Amino acid sequence: MAKTITLRVFRGDANGGTTQDFRVETFPGMVVLDAIHVIQKEQDPSLACRWNCKAAKCGSCSAEVNGMPRLMCKTRVDALPTDKPIEVFPLKTFPVIKDLVTDVSWNYEVAKKIQGLTLADEGSKEPLRMQQIDVDRVQEFRKCIECFLCQNTCHILRDNERKDVFFGPRQMIRLASLEMHPLDVADRTQFLKEVAGVGACNITKCCTEVCPEHIQITDNGIIPLKERVADTYFDPVRKLLRWVGGRK
Amino acid sequence: MANYEVFEYDVLVIGAGGSGLRAVIGAREKGASVGVVTKSLLGKAHTVMAEGGAAAALGNYDKEDNWKVHFRDTMRGGKFLNNWRTVEIFAKEAPDRILELERYGAVFDRTPEGLISQRAFGGHAYRRLAHVGDRTGLELIRTLQDHAVRLGMEVHMETTLTRLLKDGDRIIGAVGYRRGDGSIVIFRGKAVVLATGGWGRMFRYTSNSWESTGDGLVMAYEAGAVLKDVEFMQFHPTGMIWPPGMRGVLVTEGVRGEGGILRNSKGERFMFNHVPEFYRAETAETPEEAARWVEDKKNNRRPPELLPRDVVARAIYKEVKEGRGSEHGGVYLDISHKGEAYIKKKLPSMYDQFLHLGDVDITKQPMEVYPTVHYAMGGVDTEPEECKTSLRGLFACGEVACGLHGANRLGGNSLTDLLVFGRRAGEAAAEFAKTEGHPETPMDQVEEEVELLMRPLQGGDGENPYTIQSELQEAMQEGAMIARTEESLKQTLDKILELQRRANDIRVAGSPAFNPGWNAARDTLYMLISSELIVRAALERKESRGSHWRLDYPNEDEFWSKHNITVRKGENGEPVIEPRPVPEMPEELKKILEEGA
Repeated sequence: MAKTITLRVFRGDANGGTTQDFRVETFPGMVVLDAIHVIQKEQDPSLACRWNCKAAKCGSCSAEVNGMPRLMCKTRVDALPTDKPIEVFPLKTFPVIKDLVTDVSWNYEVAKKIQGLTLADEGSKEPLRMQQIDVDRVQEFRKCIECFLCQNTCHILRDNERKDVFFGPRQMIRLASLEMHPLDVADRTQFLKEVAGVGACNITKCCTEVCPEHIQITDNGIIPLKERVADTYFDPVRKLLRWVGGRK
Repeated sequence: MANYEVFEYDVLVIGAGGSGLRAVIGAREKGASVGVVTKSLLGKAHTVMAEGGAAAALGNYDKEDNWKVHFRDTMRGGKFLNNWRTVEIFAKEAPDRILELERYGAVFDRTPEGLISQRAFGGHAYRRLAHVGDRTGLELIRTLQDHAVRLGMEVHMETTLTRLLKDGDRIIGAVGYRRGDGSIVIFRGKAVVLATGGWGRMFRYTSNSWESTGDGLVMAYEAGAVLKDVEFMQFHPTGMIWPPGMRGVLVTEGVRGEGGILRNSKGERFMFNHVPEFYRAETAETPEEAARWVEDKKNNRRPPELLPRDVVARAIYKEVKEGRGSEHGGVYLDISHKGEAYIKKKLPSMYDQFLHLGDVDITKQPMEVYPTVHYAMGGVDTEPEECKTSLRGLFACGEVACGLHGANRLGGNSLTDLLVFGRRAGEAAAEFAKTEGHPETPMDQVEEEVELLMRPLQGGDGENPYTIQSELQEAMQEGAMIARTEESLKQTLDKILELQRRANDIRVAGSPAFNPGWNAARDTLYMLISSELIVRAALERKESRGSHWRLDYPNEDEFWSKHNITVRKGENGEPVIEPRPVPEMPEELKKILEEGA
């Protein structure tokens, strides 16, 4: 049975804004993004949102639905309480451009600083040899669709607004996928500590909870990276060796 | 005259999907300065949705595989309307392009020997698709994105280009708008690579996103480029049909590759009744043989579910038309017999997609599927060696280009297409740019486009762009999708021409700043023109071949077996539709085709 719901959607831009209520008739299996599309088609074509694949593969339609960071294309309307309006807000961690669209360019800027895959035989054309069991964990990280929900949820970025000290969970996962690549020979430990700021993460695992790809960001990615940094910088023997070697 | 922002590069790449990014890499390696423009954020292009894999005759499982077999499979799949030279280059270079991707950072699934694992797919004689679970497209685009960033490119995200700029007969740049603030922006390129992808939004059932409006195709057409094969639209046999919001979303061919079975409402495995003579010798005769094939590909023939996409799509259409459809008007696709663990390992995102969005547990229940518009075989006519179009300075690669797939594309060939011809286009554009300068920007062309862009915002009542799009989708779905007739196509054409007249009066409210309604106004014009060209070419091809199925001309025709259809804009703005002989194949390649017959 078709039922009418209310969506309370943020309307505004960099200068602030307010909410606007829209009444939408539901259909079976409707997701929040469907409801936004109905509004655009029938009520207000100027309502801004991002989307591409509508199949949870591209990570474009990130928003905060009833306060939770979600992909709108994956959030069923019938799984939400309908006795009150469904609230749809833009990601809080990034500056609003318009309505549900935020400026996520910072993520692309910090990504540029990360050293890519580095092979010992750079320039060779030989096929790589790697066992499946050795690439499983890298493949987990490479499932990331760059929806930036983890970046949005991370306390360091969201509440403390410290984009200057921490690259955020997404980039930690990118770094983990490179560091744990069986054939990568680069050492990103110093970069992790001093530039990407892996130490800033206080392991509350909120990023893992919101990941639509169910990547174990904290347990499988960030904690092992922290351990690498600790092994290098805080292991007493290595510390001594570094001191003898004249390195800071 | 208004003061617009201007950017200048040796090579301007329009589109940041797989082929655009591979073009960037090719051009950067040749030392060119590169700017790339994308309508979305970086890494969100349609490439991300490709699931099954990238075809290349690496022979990691099947040593018998080589470029000649890949060549033969691709030509046969395309019903010999492909450009033979394009296919030859493609099949020969595919393995190198995949291996190189691995060195950029892609992490494919592995064989027991630690090499790239390869998956069987419809129309491919051997296991040939390099893959990563069912998210190969994501792996490809992310890898290219990271590598292109590493080599250095300027990316203009959420910027829509709407018109190519010309100096005489040469393309020298493009004009469009930034979606964020709606401001007009001009890009000047000594060479321009068109990598704008495909078009499917003019149909009601499509796996394509909002971006696939035909803008690249129509921009090239309006500028005078020759188009080819636009009547051939690929209908992927298995799109979701229920719930309504998921209609058209893809169910990967990998489901059938892993043993998925198609059944009608009577429970019959109907594909056994739809095996064309052409494919009979290589198709399993019994369900038992088909089941054995999933485990042992060497000693059994493939299931009929893995016949080329056009064959399977037509069979599903017939089953539904003849009253044997499922509850919501599709057929059933069942993989549940393979067991929960297998399905979750091999098809994780399909499992997730159906469970959360379709209320179907595919480890226990069948899926409901129906063909969905998926891919455009035709496009801008492109010469094989350097991806040159008929316009100087304009190169094209990826789905917007044309020549590789002929009348029907094999699954897995598009991802590799992006790599092989993205590279060639990028390198050729960089070489071209070395000897050319930047002519003055033709401001009259810019102002004409700005006037067209701004028209819907002038206020007053008018047509809603979404209403026009809906009516167009209805008409194309009914009259120009899988089954076509002279009558259905003519009715569709009449409707398109009516909608084109009404589209002059599109009006939207608000400002140009991130306004989807305003963006849709211009997109609607592309959809209407590309639809017109598809339908006019489909009317001309009076035969059935590949994806183009005419109920009133059900057989292949001798004349049309040797002719492509080209489309270009005539002197008075009218579309000129002309047959063009398919290039004659050299003897040694003919021999390759005969060997496999």
